[in-house]
Amino acid sequence: MAQIAIGDAGKPERLTTADGTPLKQALGRVEFRAKTRAFLLVAPLLVFLSITFLFPIGQMLFRSLHDPLVSGVLPNTLATLEDWSAEDGLPPEEAFAALAQELALARENRFSGDLGRVATRLNYEKPGIRSAVTRTARSAARMEAPFKEAMIEADADWGKLESWATIQRLGNVYNAVQYLAAVDRRYNEFGDIVMQAEQRQIYVQLFGRTLWMSLLVTSMALLLGFPISYLLATQPTRVSNVLMILVLLPFWTSLLVRTTSWIVLLQSEGVLNDILVWIGLVGDNDRIQMIYNQTGTVIAMTQILLPFMVLPLFSVMKTISPSHMRAAQSLGAPRFQAFWKVYAPQTLPGVGAGCLLVFILAIGYYITPALVGGQDGQMISNFIAFHMQSSLNWGLAAALGGILLAGVLALYWLYNKLVGVERLTLG
Amino acid sequence: MKHMLRTTTAALAVVAVTGFAAGAAKADPLTVVSWGGAYTKSQVEAYHKPFTEQTGIEIVSADYNGGLAEVKAQVEAGNVTWDLVDVELSDAVRGCDEGLLEPLDHAMLPPAPDGTAAADDFLEGTLHDCAVATIVWSTIYAYDTTKFSDAAPSSMADFFDLEGFPGKRGMRRTPKANLEFALIADGVPAGEVYEVLSTPEGVDRAFAKLDTIKDEVIWWEAGAQPPQMLADGEVAMTTAYNGRVFNAIAAEGKPFEIVWDGQVWDLDLWVIPRGAPNKETALEFIKFSTDTQRLADQASWISYGPARKSSVPLIGTHAEAGVEMGPHMPTAPENFGNALQNDFLFWADYQDELNERFNAWLVN
Repeated sequence: MAQIAIGDAGKPERLTTADGTPLKQALGRVEFRAKTRAFLLVAPLLVFLSITFLFPIGQMLFRSLHDPLVSGVLPNTLATLEDWSAEDGLPPEEAFAALAQELALARENRFSGDLGRVATRLNYEKPGIRSAVTRTARSAARMEAPFKEAMIEADADWGKLESWATIQRLGNVYNAVQYLAAVDRRYNEFGDIVMQAEQRQIYVQLFGRTLWMSLLVTSMALLLGFPISYLLATQPTRVSNVLMILVLLPFWTSLLVRTTSWIVLLQSEGVLNDILVWIGLVGDNDRIQMIYNQTGTVIAMTQILLPFMVLPLFSVMKTISPSHMRAAQSLGAPRFQAFWKVYAPQTLPGVGAGCLLVFILAIGYYITPALVGGQDGQMISNFIAFHMQSSLNWGLAAALGGILLAGVLALYWLYNKLVGVERLTLG
Repeated sequence: MKHMLRTTTAALAVVAVTGFAAGAAKADPLTVVSWGGAYTKSQVEAYHKPFTEQTGIEIVSADYNGGLAEVKAQVEAGNVTWDLVDVELSDAVRGCDEGLLEPLDHAMLPPAPDGTAAADDFLEGTLHDCAVATIVWSTIYAYDTTKFSDAAPSSMADFFDLEGFPGKRGMRRTPKANLEFALIADGVPAGEVYEVLSTPEGVDRAFAKLDTIKDEVIWWEAGAQPPQMLADGEVAMTTAYNGRVFNAIAAEGKPFEIVWDGQVWDLDLWVIPRGAPNKETALEFIKFSTDTQRLADQASWISYGPARKSSVPLIGTHAEAGVEMGPHMPTAPENFGNALQNDFLFWADYQDELNERFNAWLVN
């Protein structure tokens, strides 16, 4: 309904609608309405995602840095330690007095759990200090000056610089102690970052192995998935539909069922070993250990993640016209060259999408390695679960998870730089 | 179609509303969480069924795999759904220390039939600030008798002897009990194990002993796994909870044999998560289930020793297999010779460090 009002001088003036509103404003209003409607449509999902996904992740990551426990229970002790550093030797008498007093108080209210939680928190950093805290707390109410002697007599740990440095360090409400632990490092009593004791170094290696196993699973899935997808995409619909069912059926089967089936197949008294013994390939007494180790994890994970490679590849290959290959061959290219130079490059978006999908799913994998991983087939997520479920060191679990998340985001960024996310086709 | 949809929705709504109303009218069911399998069955038969019969209160039985993770998550989120949990001693003490459990008053516990106060009737160390023990259980090792026809393993050292007794071993994937086993097998008397283990050299010694069988070990996590692995022939011998192995022998007729030498015994206790919705009912249930007769009843379903002295003479035969239960208890004198009590204070101090070291050891 817009009309152009022609002014006296013959040059066009502002555009308005029939009722005289400027066109720009009217359009803006319509657009705003459309945007609101669109937003309202996605709002339920947005709220759902925020509540169930973004907020918990944020909270968990916050936990890896935010550590208010020690400062909440031992504020006076920390105040006396403000100017202290391990170079000065043991802290002054008033620090001992403050700690004794605060431990006695915490012991009095022990069913609140503060004492136990502080003891546990300190124990993560300095093994053995837990009993020093609880034992001293039991007798702290009866202690008399000089507190220094009394405390050290109650437990020798109070005569060690490291105990005090640990309290001082964890007194910071925000600290990166858990991230250091997640990369096998720690602070020593002088505040320098040093390597964790050699027997306790585990996470760097685990991250490395998780990365390596995920790469292995991804490349195996690509190797197996590419020919399958090619077959699916080039066969007549009747045949490819049947083949597709074979891909989808396991895809729809529960993860747990598929993992346990692998146990049945691969264990040393399992189906595969029985067959090998029966045809005489291996002796009854040296059956091959194919499960409860890295091999088992890689085999089971490859099978489980294979559909995530096949489906994007298939959907991309389906769109490649067979005439391209024919044209190349008619121009004299041998079959392989035509495939390699003409067909393969066009499948790249599918390869990229499949690899990214499989790799990202693989580095966070948990159930399969837990069931069939044995000792050397465990991945980093199994240790995140361990710290969530068994050691209750949620801060460390959060830090390990944070590093894993950062890794995935970095990978996504890299993919975007190299291939471009807009070329990601998932079928 | 639209009409049908509306009718169904209305019908569902009615069902939902009446369902809630019906639920609210009855007493809330009590959620009791335990370890599953033969062990939970023994509790259901000895405690849950008679309790429901007597009070009319339904019991919802749930399984878990031990540890304090769920309790901690529920308490911290302020949304506790479990009323009563069966935990190991170290978790009972730690959960109490960290404020995750309700303190319990031991004076409420029923006395023994002869009038002995509960505090004197329970075995020493089985009552805690937040927990009441029901059973004494034990980690032992068991073997498949068909695999060793000539000489049968009889000591903890034999478990580590791959030459004399070849075959895969099953062990729980945790340092707890395994380090103790290793030291006992290395010749440390049961009474000195924790003393040795408190020194760095002692820990090195235990790991060195574990090193000797590392390549032949298959690690398990859930209590139901080891009897299964033995039955599958995956392992020739495995550490296990004694009751599970007994169950496989008595109820399923498996050719297994328990070796009691070097057993590490522990307790299972009732605890109430802090802020449990049915705390009062849970307390009633604790009183009910820890009286002399109930504890003895449980022992006729699984071979775990009762935590009360007065229950011991009442132990009879297995409820289904008819086997005399007394000799199969971890605490029976002939089994208790070289026994070691799990030291929860040691593990409270060192479990984080030793878990890390154990995990690093497994990976390398």
